[in-house]
Amino acid sequence: MSLQDFTQHALSEWMRGQGPRSDIVISSRVRVARNLSGLPFPMLATSSQSSEIVRRVEDALRREDKPSILKGAELIRMDDLSDLEKRVLVEKHLISPHLAEESRYGAVVLSQNEAVSIMINEEDHLRIQCLFPGFQPEKAWELADELDDWFEQELTYAFSETKGYLTSCATNVGTGIRVSVMVHLPALAITRQLNRLFPAITQVGLAVRGIYGEGSEALGNLYQVSNQVTLGQREEDIIQKLTGVVRQMIQHEHNARSRLRETSLTKLEDRVHRSYGILEHARVISSKEVMERLSDVRLGVDMGLISGISSQVMNELMVLTQPGFLQTRSKQRLDVDERDVRRAQMVREYLSLKRNEGNH
Amino acid sequence: MQCQECGNRPATLHYTKIINGKKTEFHLCEVCAKEKGEQMPGMDAGFTIHNLLSGLLNLDGQMTEEHPSSQSSATVQRLRCPTCGLTYNQFSKIGRFGCSDCYQAFAERLDPLFRRVHGHRSHRGKVPKRTGGKLRMQREVDELKQQMAMCIEKEAFEEAARLRDRIKELQKKLDS
Repeated sequence: MSLQDFTQHALSEWMRGQGPRSDIVISSRVRVARNLSGLPFPMLATSSQSSEIVRRVEDALRREDKPSILKGAELIRMDDLSDLEKRVLVEKHLISPHLAEESRYGAVVLSQNEAVSIMINEEDHLRIQCLFPGFQPEKAWELADELDDWFEQELTYAFSETKGYLTSCATNVGTGIRVSVMVHLPALAITRQLNRLFPAITQVGLAVRGIYGEGSEALGNLYQVSNQVTLGQREEDIIQKLTGVVRQMIQHEHNARSRLRETSLTKLEDRVHRSYGILEHARVISSKEVMERLSDVRLGVDMGLISGISSQVMNELMVLTQPGFLQTRSKQRLDVDERDVRRAQMVREYLSLKRNEGNH
Repeated sequence: MQCQECGNRPATLHYTKIINGKKTEFHLCEVCAKEKGEQMPGMDAGFTIHNLLSGLLNLDGQMTEEHPSSQSSATVQRLRCPTCGLTYNQFSKIGRFGCSDCYQAFAERLDPLFRRVHGHRSHRGKVPKRTGGKLRMQREVDELKQQMAMCIEKEAFEEAARLRDRIKELQKKLDS
């Protein structure tokens, strides 16, 4: 398979699409946690109860009146996937590591454009996730809300008048909503302002994490900002608060970029072009280094210092250079050293492919 | 041995991870092991923290059957979910509810927890469209029944009859 065909098939819309403020915001995601009434949560569900949940969702999906986004959606059982296939889904942010590794009778419903992924038997019976490119959490919520209403016609949710939607973990009870926005903050990192910004964000009840969720380290200056509170506030208020804070983060990052341009343009140009050179020519590159270099080049592209390549290419490479993708592409298991070689090769080939596309 | 992550709870899970020939030993409590779940090896071995925990819960059930007349059974009873059998104690260790009825069973202990986590204790957001409608109706029926009882007490039978008809009407909708 040519690299072009492979990536055509491999990348989801959120990586390719251009959304609002995509110079700083990579993607916006909303997920709602729901459980079916009368069945224990996945942790205590028996095998037959867990498979019943998958079956009920499957039945619901057979209905004719489903929302257009779910037309052609596929239900995939974790047991039918290889470790590598699961890993790729995790790297694409479509399923959680927990669903891939620990769930029993875990499954996922994926819409054709992969904007919707509904995890079944993860920590909760259902986790409806909507993923959009750029800064549009309201849109993601609109869709999640619509899908939730549609499922509720068929499925009876565990819901209490006072506590709202009942979830497996107390941190999700009430609305069951988690809104998260992935932001790229290289200029704030270079100017060492993140350690002043992050405590302020935590203080207003939001969380900041690395891109692969809880406990993951921040790679490539990418951060995920999400709400912590799910009980006692309306969904719209939760989203509004988060977007307000992210808007300020965007502003700070912009200011930091302007300051860099004014005070140390040559140094900045040198930095981003060096990184570009390494990506174009390196023969061995680690996953950590590739993320750092991609972050630099992306900054260069977004600030107009590098031309001839789009920032989407950087989005795509961030996913394509993950271990699962590299191994899928080369159709074999690779150890760390082999991966570093393949990764460098993948980056070189992809950059030259995209540059040629740009020339036509 | 204490858990190496939190240093508070006793370590109950011991394992060795070998990455590129480098051995690392882990001694974790259930809670921290769960938190580190993403990095747990052996993802297709059928041995998971969840399996382990539900195994422990079943064990616990057997133990109580053996000691039905235990002293503290009154308090334990009060804090055990009648539906799934999870105790409050287990809940506080695992950090997960067993089923939706746990919320009712542990209600008295939960409000402080919700306050700490969310700063609130009552839901203000979305209500399910289909079943939520029923809930709202049920609330109205309860309210009308109370009013009717008051009317009967005051011998305001005409008003009580009107309320009775309204309740019947709602009840019919609820039952359909």
